[in-house]
Amino acid sequence: MVSNLSDYKTEVHNDWCPGCGDFGIVNAIQMALAEMEIPRHKAAIFSGVGCSGKTSHFINTYGVHTLHGRVLTFAQGAKLANPGMTVVAAGGDGDGLGIGAGHFVAAGRRNVDMTYIIFNNAVYGLTKGQASPTLKLGLKTKSLPEPNVNQSVNPIALAIASGFTFVARGYAYDVRQLKDLIVAAVKHRGLAFLDVLQPCPTYNDINTRDWFAGMDNIDEITKKPLPRIYKLEDTGYDPVVHIDSTMEENEKLTQALIKSNEWDAKIPTGIFYKNELIAPYDQRISDRIPNYLENPPASQEISNNGKPITNISKILDSLEV
Amino acid sequence: MSSIDLTWVIGGPQGGGVETAANIFAGACAGCGLKIFGKREYYSNIKGEHSYFGVRVSDSTIRSNVSGITMLVAFDAETIFRHAEDVFDDGAIVYESDLSQVKADEVQTLDLQFKGRLVKYLDSKNKPATIQGALDAAKERGVTLYPVSFKAILSNLADETGNPKLRGMFRMQNVLAVSVSLGLLGLAPDTLLSSVANIFAKKKEIAEMNKHAANYAYNFAAAKFQKFKHQLSPIPKEPNTILVQGFQSTGLAKIACGCRFQSYYPITPASDESVFLESNETFDIENERPGSTMVVQTEDEISAIGMVIGAALTGTRSATSTSGPGFSLMAEMLGWAGINEVPIVVTLYQRSGPSTGLPTRHGQDDLQFAIHAGHGDFPRIVYASGDTEEGFYDTAKCFNFAENFQIPVIHMMDKFIASTVSTVPRFDVKKITIERGKLLQKIDSEGYTRFAPSPDGMSPRSKLGLENGIFWNTGDESDEHGHISEDPVNRVYKMDKRAKKLEVALQTISKEDQAVKYEGSETCIVSWGSTKGPILDAIEMLKKENKKVGFVQIKLLHPFPADYIKSLLKDVNTIINIEANHSAQLGSLLNEYLDRKVDYHILKYTGRPMTCNEIYESVKKVLDDKAEKKEVLTYGV
Repeated sequence: MVSNLSDYKTEVHNDWCPGCGDFGIVNAIQMALAEMEIPRHKAAIFSGVGCSGKTSHFINTYGVHTLHGRVLTFAQGAKLANPGMTVVAAGGDGDGLGIGAGHFVAAGRRNVDMTYIIFNNAVYGLTKGQASPTLKLGLKTKSLPEPNVNQSVNPIALAIASGFTFVARGYAYDVRQLKDLIVAAVKHRGLAFLDVLQPCPTYNDINTRDWFAGMDNIDEITKKPLPRIYKLEDTGYDPVVHIDSTMEENEKLTQALIKSNEWDAKIPTGIFYKNELIAPYDQRISDRIPNYLENPPASQEISNNGKPITNISKILDSLEV
Repeated sequence: MSSIDLTWVIGGPQGGGVETAANIFAGACAGCGLKIFGKREYYSNIKGEHSYFGVRVSDSTIRSNVSGITMLVAFDAETIFRHAEDVFDDGAIVYESDLSQVKADEVQTLDLQFKGRLVKYLDSKNKPATIQGALDAAKERGVTLYPVSFKAILSNLADETGNPKLRGMFRMQNVLAVSVSLGLLGLAPDTLLSSVANIFAKKKEIAEMNKHAANYAYNFAAAKFQKFKHQLSPIPKEPNTILVQGFQSTGLAKIACGCRFQSYYPITPASDESVFLESNETFDIENERPGSTMVVQTEDEISAIGMVIGAALTGTRSATSTSGPGFSLMAEMLGWAGINEVPIVVTLYQRSGPSTGLPTRHGQDDLQFAIHAGHGDFPRIVYASGDTEEGFYDTAKCFNFAENFQIPVIHMMDKFIASTVSTVPRFDVKKITIERGKLLQKIDSEGYTRFAPSPDGMSPRSKLGLENGIFWNTGDESDEHGHISEDPVNRVYKMDKRAKKLEVALQTISKEDQAVKYEGSETCIVSWGSTKGPILDAIEMLKKENKKVGFVQIKLLHPFPADYIKSLLKDVNTIINIEANHSAQLGSLLNEYLDRKVDYHILKYTGRPMTCNEIYESVKKVLDDKAEKKEVLTYGV
């Protein structure tokens, strides 16, 4: 089956603000699905609540627009019941790192084989621009009455600390790189986290497209802007844990954490950390339930002509007086 | 009059093996064909606080506990202080003889409120607040005392078997206590020994040691003491009888009826069911590959129900099991399942609230909450089981309701049922049906819409992964495809479509599944849930005095089958509402729907289940025209 990009688009009117970074992300998801030729009915996009929550309606696969902060819970339940699905969860930074932070951390511990994309713009857009968990301390974006009084959370570091086994960052206006990162994330065996820097043209007047491009930071000699965004892969950075050793793992975790702290002058994108030596959840389950992947919950026959076919007589025998 | 009906109670510190002892006792009696109704009471505590287990044994059907104790077994002082007053005048106390000098003040775990009442009681009997005082007070009433030095027995056993370790194995006192009891009660030791073997089946060496100890203690008691006036004797065993705990009933049904996904967050008294499911996660399927249940312990109850919804969207029968505090967290998700027409089952093992309330105690406090949980108007079904046996068959029905009506179902259970151990007829899987409603297994061509118009409100249901079945869901109002729509005309269509299901549910759920009427009379009890057992036993007691009282047990609580209930009560003059909460929550429903008012409320909110005696007494007051409009029951420690 040859997949066309247009197959993955719906006709639903997109009401995001003109210039919104979200467009780039939804395009990249559609391109990634087309490139991997995933049959439309074998993919499900789950989304949270907020501007990014509408994502699932624009993609022509199964689409589940869930509740604020809870996208990972729905997505994991579906993936565990039907592991044959390609599951991508999407949500905002407020959704995933504010109200849903507990689920974010718990999901890392499970390492379910799916992808989670955070649309990170540092503001709550749909409620008119309040500070989100990723807005830096002391910044005052357009609609804040006073500068932000909270420290920002570092999504990359939190993902690593929580146990995500693939941690990467993309930029909403670099759709090609973002598409490649989504493909890598989906193909990763385990839980992949993708932090996507997504300028909000309406409410975040600080971390703008121009700011990321370094328009305020002109090289004195060349007179050209010095872009903040750079690609880790261009620096020879190797994110992969190649061998199952504590030393190797510590080294890769540490370098990723150090890189995750870069901000302001230089902002890295690309894959920070990747470890496929940690068993994904389905493998842990298969160790207990050997036929889990070939006969998962969603595939199991439970009745024949309306009568149950499950044999519980062994348990009942043990209860006989 | 049944010839055997006695209540044996063993108490001790939490974690001290009381439950094991009670299970051995219950197993030994059930092995002789006797009927069992046992319940466990415990504090929200891991080790040290007082817990006790009461086992009622009879040669005829029993469905509840009684007020009072026939034989109390104690190897700690607290058990005597707390329960001695409750022993029947012709009952007995078997106790560790070392304890007689212990003062109430020396027992750290006796709370001040209770100690105050104890001292007052003993003072009224001119007795000091010591074990000897408590025992003397009991003896004066006629209670038989059996002092036993369990420590000496352990020591003798150690010498006899050349195993000095036995001297310090205080947990073994539990087996000794059961064995001494059965020696006094005159039940032959063979079923005791097989019950011991059964309980320790996984630890052979320990089983042998305990069997030896049991035999020794049984013979010791039989030789040392005169037989107790109440005796147990075997009766013909009814075939196909199981000794089962309440939480196992819903768990077993979930396996049998094809629930293949359960997520949960640990909470008393619900998580026993999930642990049971995980302990039995694989099973055989007729003519199929082995099946399995995926049980996921989540980070909180929000995640638990979120995963259930996600799994249900794949066409998998999915459920969670929780109690009040967890259910509170699930409220927002419930609305999402409602607006998206997702079939899920929430097994709600109620306990006493509000907030953490009495975390390990019984209550039926959450009826109105279950009916109203979540913001906005959306349909759900609230269904209540009356006992362990109903718990099994009703669980299967709840999944059928969920799938037939594409709706969240809240299955009301409670702590009383969860921790009841009773003999019931073996669950019959053949009596279960599996109805999957309009779930599609195949869609041949494109053009499917998830929320297509349908006269009964239920549209054909696709599932994630089905070819040509793509749909969208959203917590926003949505159109036929499931895309966001704020259109007012569509809004009316969708609200009416969803609401329609409740009408259809009332029309199609069979009458016997909606409510059960046990005999009619001018005076009729109306109730729901686990009050069923004590009510039926109380009615039997009243019958023996030629007093007739009817009983209507309502199982379908939402949508409320008003017309059917009215028809069941049409010849009734006096309605007595009975339930275990403070505000008479079913009472409010009855007042709302029946075009008449409830005449009497019998309520209990101590956190302890009702006994048949309590209901008998209070209903008798109603019949004698001596009752208050609201009678409040208080029996139990």
